[in-house]
Amino acid sequence: MSETVEQTRSVKTIPRYADVSLIRNKFAGTIEEIIEAVGEVTVIAKREGLIEFMTFLRDEPSLRFNYLSDIGGLDLGEFAAPRFAVAYQLYSLQHNHRLRVKVFLAEDDTHLPTMWGLWKASNWLEREIYDMFGITFDGHPDLRRILMPADYDGYPLRKDFPIKGY
Amino acid sequence: MQTKEIVVPTSSISVLRKPDPLADTLMTVSMGPQHPSTHGVLRLELVLDGETVVKAIPDIGYLHTGIEKTMEKEKWQQVVTVTCRMDYLNSMGNDLGYCLAVEKLMGVEIPRRAQELRVLLSELNRLSSHLVWFGTHAMDIGAMTAFFYAFTERERILDLYECVSGARLHQSYFIIGGVRWEVPHNFLGLTKEFLDGFPKFLSEAKRLVTGNKIFQHRTRGVGKITKEAAIDWALSGPSIRGSGINWDIRKTEPYTGYETYDFKVPVYDGGDVWSRYLVRMDEMEESWKLCNQALARLKEPGPVMAKHPKLELPDRDLMKKHIDVMIHHFLIASEGFTVPIGEVYQSIESARGEIGYYVVSNGEERPYRVRVRAPSYVNLSALPAMVEGSLIADVVAVIGSIDIVLGDVDR
Repeated sequence: MSETVEQTRSVKTIPRYADVSLIRNKFAGTIEEIIEAVGEVTVIAKREGLIEFMTFLRDEPSLRFNYLSDIGGLDLGEFAAPRFAVAYQLYSLQHNHRLRVKVFLAEDDTHLPTMWGLWKASNWLEREIYDMFGITFDGHPDLRRILMPADYDGYPLRKDFPIKGY
Repeated sequence: MQTKEIVVPTSSISVLRKPDPLADTLMTVSMGPQHPSTHGVLRLELVLDGETVVKAIPDIGYLHTGIEKTMEKEKWQQVVTVTCRMDYLNSMGNDLGYCLAVEKLMGVEIPRRAQELRVLLSELNRLSSHLVWFGTHAMDIGAMTAFFYAFTERERILDLYECVSGARLHQSYFIIGGVRWEVPHNFLGLTKEFLDGFPKFLSEAKRLVTGNKIFQHRTRGVGKITKEAAIDWALSGPSIRGSGINWDIRKTEPYTGYETYDFKVPVYDGGDVWSRYLVRMDEMEESWKLCNQALARLKEPGPVMAKHPKLELPDRDLMKKHIDVMIHHFLIASEGFTVPIGEVYQSIESARGEIGYYVVSNGEERPYRVRVRAPSYVNLSALPAMVEGSLIADVVAVIGSIDIVLGDVDR
């Protein structure tokens, strides 16, 4: 999923994805790779140093990603290593540019620090990822199931969960 | 409101707490899931001190149907039948977001007429969604007459949907590559009739509800949320434009040709229910203008589907005569097409806010993962911040003002 793909760009894309040259060298310990495809920019990051990286993205005046659009979970299959990915879609109201930050997680190590201190919108978005994938968020004020019943067993959006349920 | 030190015991956060009448003066009441004012199956656990809400804990998931999981099973073109069922009041908007995301991944260019039809129907969708909001919001606050006026207008829009696609609520008319078929010959005339009669309704609605002193008293200063809090909680759509933030995706990141249309974005500063009400009333007028502009452009004929070999079904006469064309048609209709490997995040402005689609493809004929960023889900998470400290009657007004649709919240 993380190959750079040459897409035929016959669709006109307005340049609204951030210029990442600023962060490339500064966070070399946290950033694994920066991918630009289909007119969008994805930063593959590691869990170590993620909070400092996100704080920088939010507060740095030329980037100013003050709006957390979405946090999406992704299961790459039982036999893939790493198995899970969490994608943060960031948006800057001031500069009108977007960025995606993707963190890969191994199957036996599914936890990430919470973004509650940075963007309050992460509260319910992280609860849904916990509910659907089983990825826990350290420091979350209220991590419990949100869409499924409170005593449900299993994580529905994982690929080994049958579509008709149990 | 008295300023009293109120201590909420930590056990009241659990959904299974039993209130102890001898121990505290707080009462936990469950509002919903069956409640006429919660706009669907929303359950709110309200911890009350008399009539004042001390804590409001939303409990959702009663309408969760596993749509994101279903979308992994359907083929790319079949998913549009599922996307309209999430936010059922803005169904074509949902379809549009998904189609735009996949078209971006495939690199398809949409013909002019298809784009104009998409704009016309998206704005009609916004109008019908705001009409439902108007009717139900006013009815929750007590002005029940507005409901009937709004739904009479909405019936005319539903007739237009039935004309163009055969279905009143879940149209699935937008598909990847354009729109499904050319509109019937009487559609443009019927739309013109409806649009000509709409300003009369709008002025009546303003006389009935906007100028009403009781309505203003119920909504001014209620459910206040500041600018910074609105950004922090990631509100979008009319909910954030009622807090003074001028952000409309149709203007900042235009899609389907919105940059060529002339419309304003209403923004009000109050941050309360009254400001959000005014934003939506003005948006109805702007949508009406957009519909008129799109209608004028539709006079010129043209193709409604992109000429992409994977998407467009070939000409039927050719198909019946030539075997290779028949094979092409058969493969598109039965196996479907594949989309290049990649991922994309496409967001559009629905009637409720930013609806975003994070589509991941691994080269197969069905999506690998479709994550839907539902605007009502994110807007609802800010409800406790807006409602804590006010009365129960204000809770009803605030729920109406953030305009949630439970199909969108739960998916």
